[in-house]
Amino acid sequence: MSQEIIGPGHTYATVTDKISAIVLTRKWSRHWLLGFGISFVFVMLLMVAITYLLVKGIGIWGVNVPVGWGFAIVNFVWWIGIGHAGTLISAILLLLRQEWRTSINRFAEAMTLFAVACAGLFPLLHLGRPWFGYWLIPYPSTMNVWPQFRSPLVWDVFAVSTYLTVSLLFWFVGLIPDLATLRDRASGRLGRIIYGILAMGWRGSAIHWHRYDIAYLLLAGLATPLVVSVHTVVSFDFAVGIVPGWHSTIFPPYFVAGAIYSGFAMVMVLAIPIRAAYGLEDFITMRHLQNMAKVMLATGLIVAYGYLMETFISWYSANQFERYLTLNRWTGPYGPIYWALIIFNILIPQALWFKRARTSVISLWLIALAVNIGMWLERFVIVVTSLHRDFLPSSWGMYYPTIWDWSTYFGTIGLFLALLFLFLRFLPVISIFEMRTLVEKTEAQ
Amino acid sequence: MSKEAPVYGLLAEFDTPEDLIQAVRRARAAGYRKMDAYTPFPVEQLSEELDFHHSALPLIVLIGGLVGCAGGFFLQYWISAIDYPLNIGGRPFNSWPAFIPVTFEMTILIAALSAVLGMLGLNGLPMPYHPLFNCPRFALASRNRFFLCIESVDQNFDREATLKFLSELNSKGVSEVAGE
Repeated sequence: MSQEIIGPGHTYATVTDKISAIVLTRKWSRHWLLGFGISFVFVMLLMVAITYLLVKGIGIWGVNVPVGWGFAIVNFVWWIGIGHAGTLISAILLLLRQEWRTSINRFAEAMTLFAVACAGLFPLLHLGRPWFGYWLIPYPSTMNVWPQFRSPLVWDVFAVSTYLTVSLLFWFVGLIPDLATLRDRASGRLGRIIYGILAMGWRGSAIHWHRYDIAYLLLAGLATPLVVSVHTVVSFDFAVGIVPGWHSTIFPPYFVAGAIYSGFAMVMVLAIPIRAAYGLEDFITMRHLQNMAKVMLATGLIVAYGYLMETFISWYSANQFERYLTLNRWTGPYGPIYWALIIFNILIPQALWFKRARTSVISLWLIALAVNIGMWLERFVIVVTSLHRDFLPSSWGMYYPTIWDWSTYFGTIGLFLALLFLFLRFLPVISIFEMRTLVEKTEAQ
Repeated sequence: MSKEAPVYGLLAEFDTPEDLIQAVRRARAAGYRKMDAYTPFPVEQLSEELDFHHSALPLIVLIGGLVGCAGGFFLQYWISAIDYPLNIGGRPFNSWPAFIPVTFEMTILIAALSAVLGMLGLNGLPMPYHPLFNCPRFALASRNRFFLCIESVDQNFDREATLKFLSELNSKGVSEVAGE
């Protein structure tokens, strides 16, 4: 039973009915309202934090010289990284014909979209004058000024906006046949109209499916290099600078591995409660959770290798600033954060070597949560410890987050969860047509 | 054709994709050409059986990607070397390695947009109304049933004869789809 990717006895009709019923016939549950309500309170907190920021400027955050990046960039990198698992599951695992991906790809893609949306807020708010954000886009302005394309910050704009657009397209294309299912099964007029408009008149013609399959595969092929490029470009924001601890060629691969690591952890943190709340244990089985645990273990080891190499190179480079940086990470004022990062990101996930940890839902959930915290701490260490003590001791300083830093951060977590709750309520959380294909394939065997 | 209300075609319903593939084969053997199959998930063999082999979509995506690639690069080249040359650390104005990330992103962006818009365009979507939606049974095409529709524009189409032909296949029922 634990090795199956779909529970026994399911037919085309039962998978369709079971998944679409979550959206169509389920009553508004008290748990959903409570969860959405709490998330919405945090969305309001985000609104207050942003409004105050626009009124007063980024002086309300703890950022100042020498730490000019602070929480804004820590959270940006953290959210972008979380998004990566969605694209990895939907695109790379599709190309590798990993059929177990089918029941988790839809909400992993939704998670990507919401995470990238949260991520995009931070650099925008960090601009200081966000209403001039469009200056980053090349357009023929009356000032005759163009963006400077040799800067990784401009690359970032292109990478993140392309990533958001392609993820949205991929997600929407995957949804079209399921929207048609909802249109055909909705009992209310409003539902039929809304799902009908969104389904765009999809009727499952064999010729349409043929083109659809081609488009979907091509999108997967395009999204695969894209997802690797996005976190690479994000790592260039650091690696292109000459700040000790940033100027390193290991950044791109280790950022990408870290992104997948934290993304799978977030999928796990979300999937475990969702499958319990909606009774989807037949579709998101222990096999899925175990596979994700193994991916986490593997990428976690790559991340550990990254930390090890950073330390080794700082010694091997014989560069006093690089060496000091490592000592400062270990024993400086932010030392406890570094050691917490090692515990959360490296030590705790080693439990996944043991089958008992991989087969217990509670231990998986706690480990995944630890990884998410650990990856956030990693970004904090990278951004803050490198900046706060660079070459010249007279310009050293400390960074302390203010209440507004925390409000914005928790506000985006609220936004992420609120969007996720809406998604669970109004769209099929599992790809119905791909589950039918899976039924067909498992029957044929 | 008769004087009765116009028909779009006749719709036969099947339980399994295998039955549908068989039906398409026999309909083609019987000389029908204007027909389409409708399934709740992609069935690879069907488009082959319906004699649909090559789609223009891959070419559209390739062209989109090339346009994005060339457009992305020359945008940066024109801005940085011609219209607004800036000396950044003594680098050449056409410092092409620094232009690669944006060129790459533009390639992916335009190719992905071409894939989605191309797929929708070739499929004639969005199309909110289609005669098939007049048929109540057709709602099951997005659940668990497989349909074959022989359209009235086919030159061999004849209400009685085609109805008889479809009923003799291994179908679960045949219904008429109202036209207009």
